[in-house]
Amino acid sequence: MGQVSGRPSQDMSVGSACDHGEWAAEGRYEGDTRPSSPLSFRPEPGNLAGVRHIVLVLSGKGGVGKSTISTELALALRHAGKKVGILDVDLCGPSIPRMLRAQGRAVHQGDSGWVPVFVDREQSISLMSVGFLLEQPDEAVVWRGPKKNALIKQFVSDVAWGQLDYLLVDTPPGTSDEHMAVVDALRPHSPLGALVVTTPQAVSVGDVRRELTFCRKVGLRVIGLVENMSGFVCPHCSECTNVFSKGGGEELARHAGVPFLGSVPLDPELTRSLEDGRDFIQDFPDSPAFPALSSIAQKILSETPAGLS
Amino acid sequence: MEEVPHDCPGADSAQAGRGASCQGCPNQRLCASGAGAAADPAIEEIKEKMKTVKHKILVLSGKGGVGKSTFSAHLAHGLAEDENTQVALLDIDICGPSIPKIMGLEGEQFLEDNLGVMSVGFLLSSPDDAVIWRGPKKNGMIKQFLRDVDWGEVDYLIVDTPPGTSDEHLSVVQYLTAAHIDGAVIITTPQEVSLQDVRKEISFCHKVKLPIIGVVENMSGFICPKCQKESQIFPPTTGGAEAMCQDLKIPLLGKVPLDPRIGKSCDKGQSFLVEAPDSPATVAYRSIIQRIQEFCSQRLPEGENLVGS
Repeated sequence: MGQVSGRPSQDMSVGSACDHGEWAAEGRYEGDTRPSSPLSFRPEPGNLAGVRHIVLVLSGKGGVGKSTISTELALALRHAGKKVGILDVDLCGPSIPRMLRAQGRAVHQGDSGWVPVFVDREQSISLMSVGFLLEQPDEAVVWRGPKKNALIKQFVSDVAWGQLDYLLVDTPPGTSDEHMAVVDALRPHSPLGALVVTTPQAVSVGDVRRELTFCRKVGLRVIGLVENMSGFVCPHCSECTNVFSKGGGEELARHAGVPFLGSVPLDPELTRSLEDGRDFIQDFPDSPAFPALSSIAQKILSETPAGLS
Repeated sequence: MEEVPHDCPGADSAQAGRGASCQGCPNQRLCASGAGAAADPAIEEIKEKMKTVKHKILVLSGKGGVGKSTFSAHLAHGLAEDENTQVALLDIDICGPSIPKIMGLEGEQFLEDNLGVMSVGFLLSSPDDAVIWRGPKKNGMIKQFLRDVDWGEVDYLIVDTPPGTSDEHLSVVQYLTAAHIDGAVIITTPQEVSLQDVRKEISFCHKVKLPIIGVVENMSGFICPKCQKESQIFPPTTGGAEAMCQDLKIPLLGKVPLDPRIGKSCDKGQSFLVEAPDSPATVAYRSIIQRIQEFCSQRLPEGENLVGS
């Protein structure tokens, strides 16, 4: 029976009034698989060997557009001729399958592990998400930390990604089990760094500051900060309204000393594209959101000059 | 719940933690220690503590960033406008505690005489402090909030939750069920990407037998402040919350439009209901709050003592 055993993991809690210095209750965790998705092979050491660059997409805050940015970045990188994989480790709210019109697809096992789902004929974007493992789409994944950690470790080591220019890792909001598990599992593979997403208002910035601290603590480089939902241009009169306040992202980047990659405005066409699983980058090059999204992709490309051999 | 192997002998059986099917289960060590045999004493302690709390409402969503904290805060504000109503607001979003900011509180627990607030945010020394805790430690904090905070005589305890269906949600339900939760208010935005997570949350509520008071559709349409025409920033491509509620036979408590002043009020820590009394969003909030009060008053006839379920 395939088992993935974890290393002892130190609970990384911040010194504060509520840190009692206790260890996490679980010192080690054994791999646990859901009965409906058997894993009966040994993990291959090299499942990430063919992946050139790994980028995590993080935010302390929910609903700021991590999955949106991950998806759009993948589409933009594909248009630049790259092969991209997306690993969706949001186990409770896996959004990516729908955004790429891949809902309901099945995951197959190959010789070296789970075969990721290809979302296009050319096989230039592949995807792994817990969404593919659910029996019913509305089924809730009601798991506590240890079980989430186990699946995330398996997603990292037991998916046969093959040759990829980029692996984008979409995460849930927060700084908890999933984040620690994925950073731990990816550490030996030297991720390029993290893209951190916020919206302009103080309530988001407040959480994202903490996420930046998390990145520092775990030694994850911040490639840059993106401010999403940055203003809405009324389609009737073209007046731009700051629906979710203004300026917080740029200020946070300055305060934290991380590169500011740009502001992506609200565009209902972008939301609609994601709902329908369409290629926004291809279909809406005139959108006000397009320049910012392209510039994020450009930043990633410029940091990683060599192409796929 | 789905955290145990298919043929789990049962946490309170003699084979607990020792059976062949226990190998690899994350709860194995706990069961083998005999801890599973006895219920957590905190559950009884919390039930006692909660005897002075008349109504308990959980604010949930599968999806992040839909406005749970905003709604929780304004539900608290709205209920506390009647100075004879004692309201408590508990923020169990340990990683992303937004409530202190939205309520304009810096380390104080009481906003008004009749409105008390508790959040891990108050325990952090710096706004950059990250709470990087695994599930068990988060659960411990939630237990402490419920058991060790002196809530006093409270008419409404509102519990704001993080997105998802994980440790925090399981714990708060586990600890409060014996003390009788009135129900859950579920927040969503109109688009399918939110609804697909919210359906999972509804599924979670059914699984843990948590009554659902109803669904609130937030960010439902935007009125341009300049031309007053309406746009859908988050288009309800699959019928929005209305269609989902009809489908699942759950009450739709109301739809709250996007008013940029809401975000501003939250940034400043002020009650939007007071800042913009004429806004259609305020009208919507007040109507929803009233429906919640009606629901709660039906569940506890006047003069009757609270009975544990």
